[in-house]
Amino acid sequence: MSTTFDLIVLGGGPAGYVCAIRGAQLGLSTAVVEKDKLGGVCVNIGCIPTKALLHSARMANVIAHEAKQLGITVGEVSTDYGVAMKRSRQVSEQNSKGVEFLMKKNKVTVIRGTGTLAPGKQVKVGNDVYTAKKAVVIATGSRVKGIPALGLEINKTTVISSDEALFLEKVPASIAIIGAGAVGSEFADIFNAFGSSVTLIEALPRILPLEDAEASDAVAKSFRKRKIAVHAGAKVVKADVGPNSVTLQLEVGGKTETVTAEKVLMAAGRAVNTESMGFKEAGVQLTDRGFVKVNPKTLETTAAGVYCIGDVAGPPMLAHKGSREGVHVAEIVAGQQPHPIMYDNVPSVTYCHPEVASIGLSEERCKELKLDYKVGRFPFSANGRARASNETEGFVKVIRGAKYGEILGAHIVGGHASEMIHELAVARENEYTVEEVDLAVHAHPTLSEAIAEACLDSMGRVIHT
Amino acid sequence: MATKVVMEALSPTMEEGRLVEWKKNEGDQVATGDVIAEVETDKAVMELVARASGTLLKQLVAAGATVPVASAVGWIGEPGESLPDGDGAQAAAPAAKPAAKPAETGAASASAAKPASEPVAPAASEEQAAPAVTPSGRVKASPLARRIAKERGIDLAGIRGSGPEGRVIQRDLEGVTASAGRPGGPMATRQPGPPHRDVPLTQIRKTIAKRLVQSIGPIPTFYLTSEIDMERAADFREQIKVTRGEDAKVSFNDLVVRAVALALQQHPACNAWWQDDHIRYWKASHVGMAVAVEDGLITPVVRDADLKSLWEIGAEARELAGKARKRRLTPAEYTGATFSVSNLGMYDIEHFTAVINPPEAGILAVGSIAEVPAVVGGAVVPRKRMRVTMSCDHRVIDGATGAEFLRTLKQLLEHPVALVL
Repeated sequence: MSTTFDLIVLGGGPAGYVCAIRGAQLGLSTAVVEKDKLGGVCVNIGCIPTKALLHSARMANVIAHEAKQLGITVGEVSTDYGVAMKRSRQVSEQNSKGVEFLMKKNKVTVIRGTGTLAPGKQVKVGNDVYTAKKAVVIATGSRVKGIPALGLEINKTTVISSDEALFLEKVPASIAIIGAGAVGSEFADIFNAFGSSVTLIEALPRILPLEDAEASDAVAKSFRKRKIAVHAGAKVVKADVGPNSVTLQLEVGGKTETVTAEKVLMAAGRAVNTESMGFKEAGVQLTDRGFVKVNPKTLETTAAGVYCIGDVAGPPMLAHKGSREGVHVAEIVAGQQPHPIMYDNVPSVTYCHPEVASIGLSEERCKELKLDYKVGRFPFSANGRARASNETEGFVKVIRGAKYGEILGAHIVGGHASEMIHELAVARENEYTVEEVDLAVHAHPTLSEAIAEACLDSMGRVIHT
Repeated sequence: MATKVVMEALSPTMEEGRLVEWKKNEGDQVATGDVIAEVETDKAVMELVARASGTLLKQLVAAGATVPVASAVGWIGEPGESLPDGDGAQAAAPAAKPAAKPAETGAASASAAKPASEPVAPAASEEQAAPAVTPSGRVKASPLARRIAKERGIDLAGIRGSGPEGRVIQRDLEGVTASAGRPGGPMATRQPGPPHRDVPLTQIRKTIAKRLVQSIGPIPTFYLTSEIDMERAADFREQIKVTRGEDAKVSFNDLVVRAVALALQQHPACNAWWQDDHIRYWKASHVGMAVAVEDGLITPVVRDADLKSLWEIGAEARELAGKARKRRLTPAEYTGATFSVSNLGMYDIEHFTAVINPPEAGILAVGSIAEVPAVVGGAVVPRKRMRVTMSCDHRVIDGATGAEFLRTLKQLLEHPVALVL
């Protein structure tokens, strides 16, 4: 096997493997170094398997609670987390195999093992040394991290992370989830549907703290309806980790509450993988926050010819942001001048039910920035397709500039929010205003009509409410 | 079976090439050995020749694009021939149209001899240089940009777009005022439009930058020294004092700042910022001047010094220096210089070198004015002389470029009447 490549990518996650494919498309001889399975956290222990479990959860809820109303008779409904888990593993497996196939198809060499960066654009894997003629790309990703300060080290039995939650054979009778961002909220939905007694704990004043407040409130309301105990603005002051259960003391709004659960899921905080891979020796510096320091335009690190993409290059830590950076760097290395990455136009999605998808600024942020804006809203309860599908929870909210009508932010809560946000992503990328979004004819009846209606509402011209 | 035209390694060290110009258009007949394009390598502009005969079916890259060695740039084959997937799946259809033309005469060789001055596809990297007007006169602009332009009375035809295909987008209108985009508006002292011009690095500039950085560190600096006769400048100051009074006096430093500002206008190559992947050439001469303060130094900026009179420069320089010493400068007053001057003449320093303040590409170190023996008209006479040394970022400024700037500066200071014209 050759030891010299144009491009060597360190890490085969969604940032790294996409970078490799784009590099290969542009004629670069390319290698990817991966110590585990191709596809990284996303495919194997992140985005993909959780979506499989969420599908099981949604189906369980529909069959248990809506079947009768839909004219379907079912007997006693029971769930088996172990079976759903195994199916989610198969889905991950298929996706990882798919990435392997893509590597072959694009003639990307996959080097198995842990790669270490060495000066002079070299990568060591075991005793082998590989040299990059053009560039090395760091795409080493991130991993779960507990909050040791709370006395909650991940012990993998009673205190677990998503890494363990994805492999449980059976659902715990009760679970306390610390951190109500995307990961925490998705697992709250999953465990609740499989019969667990779920307590969701968030230190910030509301769940999904980075989303628009209206979106947070809508999900919290939906969760509470399904008997998920939601504690926002709650501080864990004490944790007693026993052999079979954990007792947490919370401070919520000046009052103390005690929660005892079979397991605690730590769903807050991720650490980036920058240690013991020769970064420092190769001249790759880190930022104060521990990410790899990059030139924001070219994503080149402080070592010439070494680039960095994905989680390890800085937030937002999202697979699709990493993939875009992978394409960007591959094109730069191949001598092209790609268009700048619009970091303010990266959609953010949480796949619990109802889903939450957003792009751009929240209304709170618009206020902080003292922007002159107008808000348009449309509830799915007023949308024909949503009523027909029994998916009337949620809304579309569009925030536009008061003067020019540009879309400052958009927020969707609803059964298919994740699929709907891209209309607004395209609009923003092309600087369409709310008027152009409405001018595009929307098919009837569709959930997407709610987007056009919210745009109209922001101009005071809504039709259906 | 169509033949791929690839970017060939035209020099031993070439890793990528910039396709400068297509010499054959889609549909043109080519014979083996015909020049089909000009390619800029890391060293020179070379010719890319056809390795097959037939019709140039498809140009896969636009002129101006940089592509790695061995990647496909076009296809040669028979008219109507379908091209393999990937590199040109959709290429067959557009190729069919122009290919029909040579068939009219059947004289393949005649069309092969077409002059090379045929219009070529707009260059990807040049998109940003030209206003976003299509041949039909339509201006490419985003809906948001159109609204902003309408509201502010900006004519989009005069704006350079930085979006896809040179489309005007919101950021292109930042800081643009109504008159800026409108042709025939009131004639300003400076050409309207953006304050600077960004020029992508050519292959030779890339190579120069890479090699020099390897050699002597992140800013490859070289120094040019020139001795300037300041007899006339000294006279000039006296004359001003006599005719306009003590209050209107002008310092040597004011003369230098004004001369630098004017010389930069004549040598825009020195009025530039190094921006890693491009060089930014500024229209205005914003001259920074190093001022010693209690525990360091700061470089306040005389903005638009090329449009200001000696007296305006003098008044502003004194105000800025005073503010600097009192630490009252606002960030706007000490950032944005396009070139700097550091003057240690008052400390009786004959000659020194100054450190470049990046991203600026040059700084002028000004020494003391001293009477030294000089040969004038065959006789040794005492003359007031001043030595200046320019530090140049070699990635932006080459030796000859810097030397020409210094020659202009010398001429201006030796003929100071030019500074008040």
